[in-house]
This record gives sequence, C-alpha cells and structure tokens, in this order.
Amino acid sequence: MVRPCFQIDLPSPRKTAELAAMIGGLLRPGDVLLLEGEIGAGKTHFARSLIQSQMDTPEDVPSPTFTLVQTYDTGTGEIWHSDLYRLTDVSEVMELGLDEAMERAICLIEWPDRLGPDTPDTALHLRFDTLSDSARRITLSWAQGDWDDRLASLKTERAHG
Amino acid sequence: MASVTHILGIESSCDDTAAAVLRIHDGRASVLSSVVEGQSGLHAAFGGVVPEIAARAHAEKIDLCVEEALAQADLPLSQIDAIAVTAGPGLIGGVLSGVMCAKGLAAATGKPLIGVNHLAGHALTPRLTDGLAYPYLMLLVSGGHCQLLIVQSHDRFTRLGGTIDDAPGEAFDKTARLLGLPQPGGPSVEAEAKAGDPKRFTFPRPLMDRPGCDMSFSGLKTAVLRARDQIVAEKAGLTTQDRADLCAGFQAAVTDVLRGKTARALEQYLAVNPEAPAIAVAGGVAANRSIRAGLETIASDYGVAFTAPPLRLCTDNAAMIAYAGWERWQAAQVDDMTLAARPRWPLDNRAPALVGSGKKGAKS
Repeated sequence: MVRPCFQIDLPSPRKTAELAAMIGGLLRPGDVLLLEGEIGAGKTHFARSLIQSQMDTPEDVPSPTFTLVQTYDTGTGEIWHSDLYRLTDVSEVMELGLDEAMERAICLIEWPDRLGPDTPDTALHLRFDTLSDSARRITLSWAQGDWDDRLASLKTERAHG
Repeated sequence: MASVTHILGIESSCDDTAAAVLRIHDGRASVLSSVVEGQSGLHAAFGGVVPEIAARAHAEKIDLCVEEALAQADLPLSQIDAIAVTAGPGLIGGVLSGVMCAKGLAAATGKPLIGVNHLAGHALTPRLTDGLAYPYLMLLVSGGHCQLLIVQSHDRFTRLGGTIDDAPGEAFDKTARLLGLPQPGGPSVEAEAKAGDPKRFTFPRPLMDRPGCDMSFSGLKTAVLRARDQIVAEKAGLTTQDRADLCAGFQAAVTDVLRGKTARALEQYLAVNPEAPAIAVAGGVAANRSIRAGLETIASDYGVAFTAPPLRLCTDNAAMIAYAGWERWQAAQVDDMTLAARPRWPLDNRAPALVGSGKKGAKS
C-alpha cells in the first residue's frame, strides 16, 4: 500500500525547481517518479527542472504531451520523461517501451494512473496540489524501496530551511 | 549535374509517413508529387502519437508512399538523382524507419543519400514555395514546436527565441480539453472563439514584459483552467457564451504573445540589413486566422514581406525534405551508410538552451 510520507509547501515555481534539483541528485537508474496532479499543477515544470539539473550542458526540455516520451542522456544516466494522458489502455505502456525503460532508466511519468497494474511498487509518488497561483504543495509517498533513507536529507533540509 | 534533377524525399519523424518527388530545372524547384499518409485513423483509437505504434505504421507504409510518389511523378526509381530523408529530430522509431528505407534505396541505386533535419525542412520551405532570399525571418509554430529563427543559409540558423515550455499547438489542445471541445484543439478553439468576446477574460501574456524573444504558454492554460473553475463555482456550469469567451480570450493572448515576440525578432532581424526583408510562418498553427492576421499586421508595420506556404507544405510533408536535401547536395553535403537517426537535433547549436527553471516567473 502506498502511504503518505511527507508534504512540502513550495511558495513559487523557483522553489519547486530547487526541490526538483535536490531530488534529481538522489536518483539512480531504475528509479520511477510518478507525477500526479491536475493540468497546471506544475508536473512538467518539476520534471523539466529535475532533468535540467542533471544535464552537463543545459538543453531544451519540451513538454512530452505531443510526443508522449522524450529521452535525455544525463550524467546520472538516461532519463525518460513521459506524459501518459493520451493513453487509453495499459497495453500502450508496453508499446511505448516504458515497461523496459522503468528497469534501466530514470523515469518521470506524468498522468501515471494509466499504468494501472504496471505501477512499480518501488515508485516514488509525487502529488501536486495547487495552493495559489504560484504556490504548490507536493506530497511524497511510496509503497516499497529505500526512499525513507534516500529522502532523509530532504527532510533535514526542510527542517532547517 | 544535369540541368534537370529529381530528388526523392522521405519523411517519417512524427505521425505522418510521407514521400515526394521534386524536380529541379535550371535551379528552379517544382513539386512533382507529395504523398502524405496520415496515421490519424490509427491514432484516433489511441488519442495521440504513440511512438512505437507510429514506428510500426511508418515501416509498413513507407515503401508504399515512395512507390506512390514515384507513380504520381510518373518516374521510375532509376530517374531519381538523390535520396533525401529526415534523420531527426523526432520519434526515434519513426525516423529510423525512414532512414533505413532511404539507405536501402541509396544502396540499391547507387545514388547519393542526404540526411535532412526535419526543422530545416520546415525552415527552408519558403524558398521552395516563394523563392525567398537569405536571410529571412522564420516563425515555426506547431503542436510540438515554437521558435523564431533567422535563416541565413541552408545550414545556418540563428535562433532568436522560442517557447520555454509548451508549444502553442499544445496549448490549443489543452484548452480544448479543459473546455470539453474536440481534438485537435486548434480548429475547435478557433471556431468557438468566433462567437466570443476576447475582452471578457484578461489572460496573462507571459514573458511579454521581458526582453528577448522567448515565449511561455504553459501558464496560459492554467489561467484558462482558473477562469473556467471560477465560472463553474459561480453558476454551476459553463454556458455556450462563457466557453466562446474563454476561447476568444485565450486565442487573443496567444496571438498577442506571438505578435509581440515576432515584432522583437523583426527588429533583431532588420538590424542585419537584409536586402529583401521577409518573414515566413510555417507549422499547423499558422492556419489559425487570428494569429495569421496578427502576424501580417506586424509584417506590414515593419514594411517586411509576409509569406505563409500553403498548408499542405506547411505541415509535415516530404517535399520540404527533398528541397532541403537538394540545398545540402548543392553544398556537397552528402551522407553515407553511417547516417544515424537523431531523436534530438537543434537547428542552432550555438544558442543557449531555453532553461525554463532559470527564468523566474515564467509560469506566473
């Protein structure tokens, strides 16, 4: 079962970008981040910030809505950024090659409810809620995996910050 | 090179599979055939472009497209002098299908193989259709792209700016989605906006107050969402008029941003003293009448010629690939069997990346 772990309130897109970069620094191939929230909640902004934080040479990170998947080579390994909004069936996840990518790359997945039973147990869930025009609340949760240890620094940072 | 040259073009980087034959006669290009097999029927069931599915469909259709393009041009393969193919950027599976097909044809015929950047194909189209002279200003605006470029030669592009998040075509799609209008959102939002009051809702014009030509459309869709929710909260639903007004307000904001940023780009472009100043717009969004009228007004304000290639050459097609391939061939830029498919391939490598997170307030 996925249990909520902790929440972070981010007053501005800039703070969201900083959190994304911090989380980006904790990732390794095989990690799956599921970005949940309504249109305009800041999912793509978070993903873009995370990907760019891991690049040696900054590159454009276009929205994946049109192409469904964008891939990037970074110092941390390959990152897949996908938007599943347009998918209608679980089998299409395989068509995208996402099932295989989830094992060897870092995957940032928007609209992950389309994954259904293919949702990895070790995925980190990030729920984005809109507090105001610029402020967002992010709720992190997971079912399995060592996220507790890996996110410890984040919690400390937050307590001090 | 003989005075008559025929180029075969192949394009498969997104959801259309296309092949075309171009004739060059004494330096003048004409399109003998341009076959575009949309995968929209296939994708309708999936609601979008699914890369691996697209790859399979491209692979199945590409030979047939080439055959059809040759038949319509009334030419045998042996009369083709060079083979140009999109080598990126795009969905890798689709691009690979095209590149493999082109390599096979090049190997079988012994004719030169020329890899073309899909975006260069779009950017050079005004030369194919209107014979524009370098340098000209180009606004490329579609579902997946939005950039302002000075086109200096067939392989030299100066990127003045572009979207730091969503492309306008995507913003139209998402607005349609938010308002329960059919996809693709471009035509349905435009149709709805006709009956609307563009002044009722004042949507943001992101980055307009900042220098430079960068644009942001992501916050606009969020603003439409807010306005919609506010109306729904007030009267428990949207009237037809509310929806038309939202569409009109949204379209006015997109038009304003494109017009304002294009005006800035024109100033930068005119500073290089082009002999025959011209601006061209390409991409599916160029079909929007409000946006097009806005751009025409700006061009005429600056005394610059305005051109928009016909829609069939403005959206994805292979004639533009054949044409761009011809220009590369003229410059002796030919590829060999090591030609690789590239998922990402920016036109201007010198321009800094559009780092969204580094630009404070891009979303506000």
